[in-house]
Amino acid sequence: MTNSPAGRSRAAAPARRETFSSRKLFILSAIGSAVGLGNIWRFPYIAYENGGGAFLIPYLVALLCAGIPLLFLDYSIGHRFRGSAPLSYRRLHRAAEPIGWWQVLICFVIAIYYAAIIAWAAMYTWFSVTKAWGDDAEGFFFGDFLQTADTAGVSFDFVSKVFFPMLAVWIVVIVIMVAGVNKGISRANAVFLPLLVVMFVVLVVQSLFLDGAMVGLNAFFTPDWTALQNPSVWAAAFGHIFFSLSVAFGIMVTYSSYLKRKTDLTGSGLVVAFANSGFELLAGIGVFAALGFMSVASGVAVDEVASGGIGLAFVAFPTIVSEAPFGAVLGVLFFGSLVFAGLTSLVSILEVIVAAFQDKLGWSRKGATLVVTIPIAVISLILFPTTTGIQLLDTSDAFVNQFGILACALVAIIVISAGLGSLPRLQKHLNVTSTLKVGTVWRILVGGVVPVVLGYLLINELQSKSSEQYSDYPAWFNGVFGWGMAGALIVGALLLSLIPWSEKSKLKDPEYEAFNAAAHAEGDVDNNLKEVNS
Amino acid sequence: MTPVAITMMIIAVLTIGGGFSLALWNLARHPEEDEQLPEDLPQEL
Repeated sequence: MTNSPAGRSRAAAPARRETFSSRKLFILSAIGSAVGLGNIWRFPYIAYENGGGAFLIPYLVALLCAGIPLLFLDYSIGHRFRGSAPLSYRRLHRAAEPIGWWQVLICFVIAIYYAAIIAWAAMYTWFSVTKAWGDDAEGFFFGDFLQTADTAGVSFDFVSKVFFPMLAVWIVVIVIMVAGVNKGISRANAVFLPLLVVMFVVLVVQSLFLDGAMVGLNAFFTPDWTALQNPSVWAAAFGHIFFSLSVAFGIMVTYSSYLKRKTDLTGSGLVVAFANSGFELLAGIGVFAALGFMSVASGVAVDEVASGGIGLAFVAFPTIVSEAPFGAVLGVLFFGSLVFAGLTSLVSILEVIVAAFQDKLGWSRKGATLVVTIPIAVISLILFPTTTGIQLLDTSDAFVNQFGILACALVAIIVISAGLGSLPRLQKHLNVTSTLKVGTVWRILVGGVVPVVLGYLLINELQSKSSEQYSDYPAWFNGVFGWGMAGALIVGALLLSLIPWSEKSKLKDPEYEAFNAAAHAEGDVDNNLKEVNS
Repeated sequence: MTPVAITMMIIAVLTIGGGFSLALWNLARHPEEDEQLPEDLPQEL
């Protein structure tokens, strides 16, 4: 028994919770988490499709009215209750623990497919040098590279060109995770994030010098003011900000739990939020400058070449790389940026899961990391480097985003605000250490505006996904890996929260007890204390 | 680029860049305090 991770941690003195050694490293890690693949391949197309330059208005409104307030909410929960998502929610209220586990399971689903996209990008960084796709980028991606099956399903025909890069991604990420918060996550972000910014700035500058760049920027920034009268444009802005900032699925709760007691939460949050938006804007400029070149080179309008997501990254961009002067450099910079943006985000997603099991089982960092990440890596390596990997990824991604993250966020906010009435308590906690104080407006935004918007988005998604088969995949496929998976996350969360916290767990942590006492001395009052004790 | 597109680009860069600069400036004005760890607190707390 003593050889088990649990045994080792029991024999040693109680380990103190790791903290980011500086505020700067926390901010870098939080930006690294927020800046992900979506900033590069989602924002430019969403902005273009929803009013171009006019999209700036709903985007900023969404940032200020939903994104930043929700970021502050996550920070306040993680920092006040100093635990992983399940432990923090449990400490907030016993009945809220399933929300934390729901977030952990959402991160599990995202982690298993996110590694596949990073592996594709890594391979395309190399392919850019040789322009391996020739004249047919689409045929190469779906055919030669992924060897996509004709019908969606679960195949175990492995594609070695995807399997081995994915294995490499998992090894790199597991090494980072085992090293812990300071030696692993902080250092990885301190290296990868500056590298990503430098690479992306060079990419944008190179794109701006391409013929037709101004045509692309013109299309991107020309405002369509009539779009502002369309509710779906506003919904797109709120939806995008919500997904872009990595809020409400455990990441920011977990990261902020590693902050020192006296930390400027709101001041740090503002830097993270605006850095994330700045990167998105930069991505929009770079991507549309390149698309402008493609439009001019192929003699078609920008709206015919504009795309987002996988289509932009693995079909449109390789075409640009083939035709642009110094295209190989452009390709290496673009796909290299995707790799670094993806790695920093994947690390943060995995941290939600590792921290949850570390807290629940009271295991050492190394033990918990290996026990959690290796099975995740194995599942990921069984399901995604196959001929049906992209279809599985497509359905999982669409359903976990809408009926995982969005639904969980809505439930969490309703429980925290209307259910437990905890917003005044969390507001007080934010104001104890932060430079920018939050007041009634913050409570109205979080408890009133955000649930209304999230509810609207969720109902829209329920209607669209139930009225037609997603991506024309078979009903059983969407049923199992879409609806079934989303439902299983809720059932799994309830079951995990029924497992009792053992004596070894972090639920009764002397370090937290001292922190809690200090918080109470500063005026914190648990408004649900009677209910919990009864 | 048309004047209106240039104007929107400048507004976007200034708004988001300005927000980022202000947030950084605010943070720089309030440097990190020395850590006050729970175990450093008086026992009665």
